[in-house]
Amino acid sequence: MEESHDLHPFQLDILQEAGNIGAAHAATSLSKLLDRKIQMDVPFVRTVMLQEMEALVGGAETCVAAAFMKISGDAPGRMFLVFQQDEAKELAAYLTGKSLDYPILLMDEMGVSSLQELANILAGAYLSAIADFTSIWMQPSPPLLAIDMAGALLSEGIAELFQSSDAALVIDTVLNTTKGSKDITVAGKVFFVPEPGTFATICQALGDGLL
Amino acid sequence: MNQTNARLITVGMAEWKHTKAPSCLRTCGLGSCVGIVLYEEQQKVAALAHIMLPDSSLARNKAIKRSKFADTAVEDMITYFIKSGCLKRRIKAKIAGGAQMFSVSTSHNVMKIGARNIVAVEAVLKQHSIPVIARDVGGHKGRTITFHVSSSDLHVKTLQQGEAVI
Repeated sequence: MEESHDLHPFQLDILQEAGNIGAAHAATSLSKLLDRKIQMDVPFVRTVMLQEMEALVGGAETCVAAAFMKISGDAPGRMFLVFQQDEAKELAAYLTGKSLDYPILLMDEMGVSSLQELANILAGAYLSAIADFTSIWMQPSPPLLAIDMAGALLSEGIAELFQSSDAALVIDTVLNTTKGSKDITVAGKVFFVPEPGTFATICQALGDGLL
Repeated sequence: MNQTNARLITVGMAEWKHTKAPSCLRTCGLGSCVGIVLYEEQQKVAALAHIMLPDSSLARNKAIKRSKFADTAVEDMITYFIKSGCLKRRIKAKIAGGAQMFSVSTSHNVMKIGARNIVAVEAVLKQHSIPVIARDVGGHKGRTITFHVSSSDLHVKTLQQGEAVI
């Protein structure tokens, strides 16, 4: 019997609210770090089947930048922050203040660590917002970043959970800022893949008894 | 050209599929997973598995998806070949994948899975006396592989190096 992953729309609303609060905190940290105005939003939170994750980021062969984190604590799992290659490039250029005029596969160490730091800030902010809402405590590992085929990156992170868990939580994340007179909008996807039992823990903490 | 019956069959994560010439078998975005092609050249029959983990004994529950694991996927593919009238000793293999996509860190034991997959696939093929004719394994790159049953060529595509034929 596979674990149910049906979160009630009401529970997804709470997670989206937590996501928006987390994103706002992350944006504040980033704004301070870079001394520029940055806004972040979570327009959408939903669940998807694990097999559908790669399609959401353009397909198994699409080149993406993905930060991978292992989540420990009350509701353990894996977390990814995924950007399309052009957006990752723009973001790294923005964060490091350097322009990247070479292929993304050759991104330098500064670019890589800037995206890792972004993932670190974002994951920390999301997880602490969820903790504020639910008293579920979770802690991310330091992020690992890789740039390659989406299928290759995602499948490595979820290999052990595939089938024992069948669904992931997707947190759409949009970052808005300006560079000179230019508006920059970057959309990334955060995936949370729960270990067995984690969805049940989250459901319960979000008020299973009320339904 | 006898291309009228040619089809391109795509194999997803934790699946295996079979076909005959002149069709092709493809799986996209192999990372730590391994693509195992078994083929029999006289009857032009081939099967491709996209395995994710080394050993079915790692499964947490009993109702396992057999095509997810190296050992059970290979067993099922061999059964198919024998059922379709092939001699086991004529089956050959080509394998690709088993990369490590995220750089090593002591806190991520999870990430050695690619190397473990390769060892397991080679061991299970050896156990069944199936020779590995070509391999493109390890490294830190994603691979898309396409097996042409007619020629027994395995095309391996990476974002860094383009396409190679093994």
